[in-house]
Amino acid sequence: MEHLAALVLVPALLGVAALFVRGTRLQVGALLAGALLHLVLTGAAWVRRPDGYADYLRLDDVGMLFLSITSVLFAAVAVYAVGYLTGPTHDEPARLYRFVPYLLLFLAAMTLVAVTRHFAVLWAAVEATTLSSAPLVYFYRRGPALEAAWKYLMICSVGIALALLGTFFLGAAEAAVTTGPPGLALTDLMRAAPVMPRGWLRAAFVLALVGYGTKMGLVPLHTWLPDAHSQAPSPVSALLSGALLNCAFLGVLRFFQVCLASGDAAFARTLLLLLGFVSIAVATAFLIGQRDFKRLFAYSSVENVGILAVGVGLGGAATFGAMLHAVNHSFAKAGLFLLAGNVLRSYGTTDAGEIRGAVRQLPLSGPLLFALFLAIGGLPPFGLFMSEFTIFQSAIGDGRTRLGLLFVALLAVAFLAMAGVLLPMLQGESNRPPATARERALAVVPPLLLAAAVLALGVYLPRTLDTLLHAVAGVVGGTS
Amino acid sequence: MTGAADALLLLVLITGLFIVWSGRLAACVRAIAVQGALLAALPLVMWAPGGDVPVAHLVLMSVGALAVKAGIIPALLLRSAREAGARREVEPYVSLHVSALLGAGLVVLSLWLARVLVPPGPVTATLLLPAGFATVLLGFLMLVARKYAVTQVVGYLMLDNGVFIFGQTLAGSIPVVVELGILLDLLVAVFVMGIAIYHIGREFDHIDTRALNSLRD
Repeated sequence: MEHLAALVLVPALLGVAALFVRGTRLQVGALLAGALLHLVLTGAAWVRRPDGYADYLRLDDVGMLFLSITSVLFAAVAVYAVGYLTGPTHDEPARLYRFVPYLLLFLAAMTLVAVTRHFAVLWAAVEATTLSSAPLVYFYRRGPALEAAWKYLMICSVGIALALLGTFFLGAAEAAVTTGPPGLALTDLMRAAPVMPRGWLRAAFVLALVGYGTKMGLVPLHTWLPDAHSQAPSPVSALLSGALLNCAFLGVLRFFQVCLASGDAAFARTLLLLLGFVSIAVATAFLIGQRDFKRLFAYSSVENVGILAVGVGLGGAATFGAMLHAVNHSFAKAGLFLLAGNVLRSYGTTDAGEIRGAVRQLPLSGPLLFALFLAIGGLPPFGLFMSEFTIFQSAIGDGRTRLGLLFVALLAVAFLAMAGVLLPMLQGESNRPPATARERALAVVPPLLLAAAVLALGVYLPRTLDTLLHAVAGVVGGTS
Repeated sequence: MTGAADALLLLVLITGLFIVWSGRLAACVRAIAVQGALLAALPLVMWAPGGDVPVAHLVLMSVGALAVKAGIIPALLLRSAREAGARREVEPYVSLHVSALLGAGLVVLSLWLARVLVPPGPVTATLLLPAGFATVLLGFLMLVARKYAVTQVVGYLMLDNGVFIFGQTLAGSIPVVVELGILLDLLVAVFVMGIAIYHIGREFDHIDTRALNSLRD
C-alpha cells in the first residue's frame, strides 16, 4: 500500500512544493526528480506487485499497463520539456513555475486513475486530471489558448459529471442486489453484476461511455480535443494524447468489466463498436486537407481512440490488439507531438501550408517525423501495424468481414490524408534560412527513443509485456 | 420523514426553474447558492431518522456541501461576475421566456422518466428521482441556452446538483474521504473556471463566450 501511495504522493507533493518556488533550477529539479522517482517506483512494481488497500488503492494488470505507459511517457516528456522551455530559442522568458507544478499534479492524478479499482476514487482522479491540465493548456496566455482551455474545462467537466451520474447508477444497481451498503468497489460490483437490474446497469454504462468518452475524445464528444491539443505547448499535447486519453479509456474499461461480469456485454460492445467506427470515420474526414499540423495529429488521436473502442467492441483476439495499440499509439503520438514542437520552433507556424523542406531544415527531427508518420499510418515494421493487423485479423476470423474491411478502408484513407498534409511539409527545399545551430539533444533524444520503442514493438514483443497484455485482454473480454 | 425530504426537493425544483428564467447574473448565482443549501440539508433529512448511517458522517457531508455549494463557490462566482462588470445577460441564445417554458417541459419530462425507470432500491423520497432528473436537465438547458461564462458555470453547478441528488440513494456507503474528495474536485473546478472567467473578461472586455470562436476547422 505504501508503494502505491508513494506513486501518487511523490509527484503530488513535489507539484505542490513547486507551486511555492520560482527558480528555474528548482523547477527543473522537481520535474526531473518526479519523473525519475515515478519511473523507478513503476519499475519496482513490475518486479514485485505492490499490496493494495481494499479496492481504493490496488494495482491490477489493467492498471499496471496504463501506469507503465504514463510513467514512461512522462519521463520522455519531462526531459523534452526541460529543453523546450529553457532553451535559447524560446520566444518568451521561461515561466516554469506556471508549468512544472501542474504537470506534476497531472501525473499524480493520472497515476491515481491507474492504481484504483474503486469507482468513486476513479471518478475523482479523472476529474483531477482535467483540472490540473487546464492551466497547462492555457500556458501561453493568448486568446485562442484561453478559448481552448475554457472549452476543455467546460466540456470535460460536464462529461465527467455524467460519468459521476453513471457511477451513482451503478451504485444504485449494486444496492438493489446486495444486503450491505453499496461500496462501488470493482471486486464487489463484479460479484454482484450477474443479478443486477439490467436497465440500471445499461444506463450506467451509457452514462460512463458518454462521460469518460468525452475525455477520451470519442466522436461526437471530441470537440474540445483538437483545440486543446493545438493550443497547448507541445510537451503537454504529447501527454494529453499519449497518457490522458488512455486514462479516460481505462474509466470506460472499468465499467465494461462490470458489464462483462453481468453477462450482458453485447449491449456495451455494440455501443463501443458504433462510437469507435463513427470516431474513425469523422476523424478521417477532418484529417483530409487539415492545414494545422498539430490539429492533424489531434484528429489522428481521435481516430486512434476509435480504434481502441473498436478493438474492445469486437472482443476475442482484437482486444489484445487494442491493448497493444494503446501502447503503440501512446508512444508514437507522443513522439509526433514532441517533433511537432521542434518544427513549430524552427518555422514559427503550425500552418502546414507554409512549411517546406523540413527534412533538410531539421536533419534529425525531419526524418524522425517521417518515420513516425509511417508508424502512425500503420505501416510495417512498426508496432501500430501489428496492433491494427491483429484487430483486422480478429474481425475476419470471427466472420465479421464487412466490419474488418471497413476498418482497413478507413485506416487507408486516414493514412493518405495524413500523407497529403505531411509529405509536402517534409520534402523539397526549405523555405526558411538555414539553421544556424544544430538541433539540441534534449529536443531529439526523447522522440527518438519513443520512435525506437514503436519500431521495436513491431519487430519483437518482450515476453513480460506480452504476458501482461494477454492478462489484460483476458479481463476486458478478449481471449487471453 | 419523506415529507420533509420531498418539501426540500420541491424547493430545489422551484429554484431550478427560477434560475433558467432569470437573466440577472447575481440572481442566478444567489439562487444556485440557495439550491446548494437546500441540497446540503438533504442527507440529514433523508438518512438521520433511519439511523443506518453514522450521524457524524451525515453532518460532515452536510457541512461540507453547505460550505462548498452555498458558500465558497457562489462567492467566487459573484466576484468573477462583478470584476467582469456583467450584471445582466443580454440576448441569450434562447430567450428567457422560452427558456422558462422549456424548463417547465423538462420538469414534466422528468416526472415521466421517474415513473418509467423503476428505482432499484427502497424509495426514500417520492420526489428524489424526478428532482434529480429535472435538475440535471435544467442544468443542461442553462449550458446550451446561455452564452455568458458565469451563467454557463451556474448551469454546470446545477447539473452537478442533480447528480448530487442521485448520489443520495447511496448515502453513507461511500467513505467520507471520497465524498469530500468529490466536493473538493467541484470546488477546484469552479475555482479554475473562475480564474478562466477572469482571464476571459480581461482578454475580451466582457464574458460573452461567443468571443471564444476563433478555433475551428
